[in-house]
Amino acid sequence: MARLTINGAPRDVEVDPDTPLLWVLREQLGMTGTKYGCGIAQCGSCTVHLDGVATRSCVLPVSAIGPEQQIVTIEGLSPDGSHPVQQAWLALDVPQCGYCQSGMIMAAVGLLQQNGNPTDEDINAEMTNICRCGTYNRVRAAIKLAAGNSKTQAG
Amino acid sequence: MLTVPTVTRRNFIVGSAAALGGLSLGFSVPFPGGAQADAIAPEINAWVVVRPDETVVIRIARSEMGQGTLTGLAQLVAEELECDWSKVTTEYPTPGDNIARNRVWGSFSTGGSRGIRESQDYVRRGGATAREMLIAAAADEWQVPASECMVARGVITHGPSGRSTTFGKVATAAAGMTLPAEVTLKDPSTWTIAGKPLPRLDTAEKLTGKQIYGVDMVRPNMLNAAIRACPVFGGRVTGFDAVSGMPGVRKVVQVDDTAVAVVADTWWQAKTALDNLPIEWDDGPNSGVTSETIAAMLAEGLEAEEAFLGNEAGDARAALAGAAQTVTAVYSFPFQNHATMEPMNATAVYTDDRCEVWCPTQNGEASLAAAAEASGLPVERCEIYKLHLGGGFGRRGNFQDYVRQVVSIARQMPGTPIKLIWSREEDMLHGAYHPITQCKLTGGLDPDGNLTALHMRISGQSILAAVRPQAMQGGRDPVVFQGLHAGGDEYALGYSIDNLLIDHAMRNPPIPPGFWRGVNLNQNAIYMECFMDELAHAAGQDPLAFRRKLMANHPKHLAVLEAVAERIGWDSAPPEGVHRGLAQIMGFGSYVAAAAEVSVTDGQLRVHRIVAATDPGHVVNPAQVERQVEGSFVYGLSACLYGECTVNGGRMEQENFDTYNVLRMAEMPAVETIIMPSGGFWGGVGEPTIAVAAPAVLNAIFAATGKRVRRLPLMNHDLRAV
Ligand code: FES
Ligand code: FES
Repeated sequence: MARLTINGAPRDVEVDPDTPLLWVLREQLGMTGTKYGCGIAQCGSCTVHLDGVATRSCVLPVSAIGPEQQIVTIEGLSPDGSHPVQQAWLALDVPQCGYCQSGMIMAAVGLLQQNGNPTDEDINAEMTNICRCGTYNRVRAAIKLAAGNSKTQAG
Repeated sequence: MLTVPTVTRRNFIVGSAAALGGLSLGFSVPFPGGAQADAIAPEINAWVVVRPDETVVIRIARSEMGQGTLTGLAQLVAEELECDWSKVTTEYPTPGDNIARNRVWGSFSTGGSRGIRESQDYVRRGGATAREMLIAAAADEWQVPASECMVARGVITHGPSGRSTTFGKVATAAAGMTLPAEVTLKDPSTWTIAGKPLPRLDTAEKLTGKQIYGVDMVRPNMLNAAIRACPVFGGRVTGFDAVSGMPGVRKVVQVDDTAVAVVADTWWQAKTALDNLPIEWDDGPNSGVTSETIAAMLAEGLEAEEAFLGNEAGDARAALAGAAQTVTAVYSFPFQNHATMEPMNATAVYTDDRCEVWCPTQNGEASLAAAAEASGLPVERCEIYKLHLGGGFGRRGNFQDYVRQVVSIARQMPGTPIKLIWSREEDMLHGAYHPITQCKLTGGLDPDGNLTALHMRISGQSILAAVRPQAMQGGRDPVVFQGLHAGGDEYALGYSIDNLLIDHAMRNPPIPPGFWRGVNLNQNAIYMECFMDELAHAAGQDPLAFRRKLMANHPKHLAVLEAVAERIGWDSAPPEGVHRGLAQIMGFGSYVAAAAEVSVTDGQLRVHRIVAATDPGHVVNPAQVERQVEGSFVYGLSACLYGECTVNGGRMEQENFDTYNVLRMAEMPAVETIIMPSGGFWGGVGEPTIAVAAPAVLNAIFAATGKRVRRLPLMNHDLRAV
């Protein structure tokens, strides 16, 4: 059995310790917002936050996560889609098929938490998620919009 | 946003036959006015349901896979319906309902960039018909002539008396009204909902993780399956351990001749057990096939005597023999995997008298046929529930292998819902690959550098021969010639060349080909547009000026090309170190062009900027067109830079994104989109632009380096100066 803290709540799961967090979220906990795209840390569809850091959950066995570590998934970003990054995504109507977008949003939030005003180079370096529909330019614009928005809110 | 269909089969059987006729679309699309109100709200006709709370439910037959068709089609219906757009929601009717109702929704097929253009007429008629019935119901209630009533945003007003009512209030009465004999569609210039850059209807749930894709499907007591088919094409299973002993495993089953599946409590358990399960394969006849043997087979076709004719004018061979100067080049384009972000998957439950499948599909009716075939049950006992697709790109239309497989597994465990998910590795190894071709081009120039003759010999794979042989024309595959035809309203060549021969030596290696977003337009545009650039340079002429001379009879092709040239500043020098390239083509009924600005530093390519122009005739949602154009560059540049599936031992060598790389954020150029609809026709937008991405960039790379990359992808080439 493993004890995890997900979106602020303790969750006990009965699972083989090698099981990647991605599949615990999707199958044991029914939180399907986090997606499977490759299983080898290449595409970023499975991105969640571990103690505030964007992390690819498909290669992270639950045994490597301590009970006190904070896991945040797309479902826990905000109760109602009101997180500034989600709002920026909405304003620019970013998703196409949407399948990569949970991971994109989680990666973007992770980036903005470390760096409130990222340059294009910062965005290029951190946003390595794959989108086959081709939303990259709108993702970039939405990150900048969210950065501007957070600044305005903070100021 | 999208609800699982609420209309039951029982409600669907009424009154559709009576309304047949009136439209000549190759099939009749009736709008049954007499359908019974369903449990929740009255159906005005097949396309429109109005709820008492004024919610307008618009039925969408085509699939949403990211391309925005759901929103676009809803806009077209809403435009004619004159409803309040903020009250619009959508739902998918099921393929089973469509068949039970005489195919009232027409085709469910979503491919070939046809989702909107092929159904725009009858969905608009659906909206207009419903509007007339709603007005008639109000007029009836007021005992006034319908002609005295007006409608706007879901409110019907009687002009003389000023009385008004709403769609929701008259919906039940409207459902019982007779169908108007005739409706007049609005002139697109008067549109207020269609033609506007409205936000998509399906965005909100994609931002919170709530959107349910096929891969997210859950049914009570469901088990999960992982599958492995023989990695060698044409191979089969000869033995496997039917008892796995691994945690959570419930059953190990064979699927057809070709695959083994493990069914377990969770998919992770099923996959882990499958990875540890010894399977014996008979590799079959193709185990000696490699990329090299395929390349040799295609190279032979470049010189073969026999070939199918695609386009011919004058006498190309004679004119080439007499030309002042000839230029020859050989190009090639490799296999590509669709690599939808959501891998293939489907969920099925089978009992002796019914089979139900939940799946992402580009063609619900093809899925239904696959379910019927695999279950052995009649079509009427099968049903498909369509879910949002995490990308389609042509993989989930014709090819229903994943549906057949899940039904085959479910059939071996009756009553238990089974969700089958392909691993990315399975997805990469069992694609319906972009066909492989080579092309030899020979051009003849007169002493003034005018192109007098062109022979374009394509050698390679036919998609139709593999997947739709009944559509072949006497052994010839017309789809091979996309963008190269002598005329027509879909794929016309934009050049007039006095002596022209375009032909195809069909060479079909044993690798399954499929419709891959953009299809054969992709490589045909590279072949033609890069070679035009080669010819222009051989003639010592500007590539735009050289083309222009051949395009006098092709004003729409020329207009998009001129538009991108002007916007990129073709006539002025590019910034220091930056170089430009151009390309144009017509495909999927639309005219497209691109201009690229690139730099190459120490062999490192950077695509700085792309200008794209599209003339699709009519535009239903310009914001969505822009997104399709941007996405097309990602898809087209991914193929140009990295896309290649290589064959060894009769199987694909690439198994995941570590070896099948795709374009990422850091390489994404700025894209400027010029949408220039000239009216009078309906072209598609999901695919054509892909084709001009690569040639525009390749021509710019030549301008930058003097190197012609003729064998795709670019990653295999050294762009450093020698
Ligand atoms: S699924 Fe984890 S990175 Fe692709
Ligand atoms: S929106 Fe479809 S993969 Fe990114």
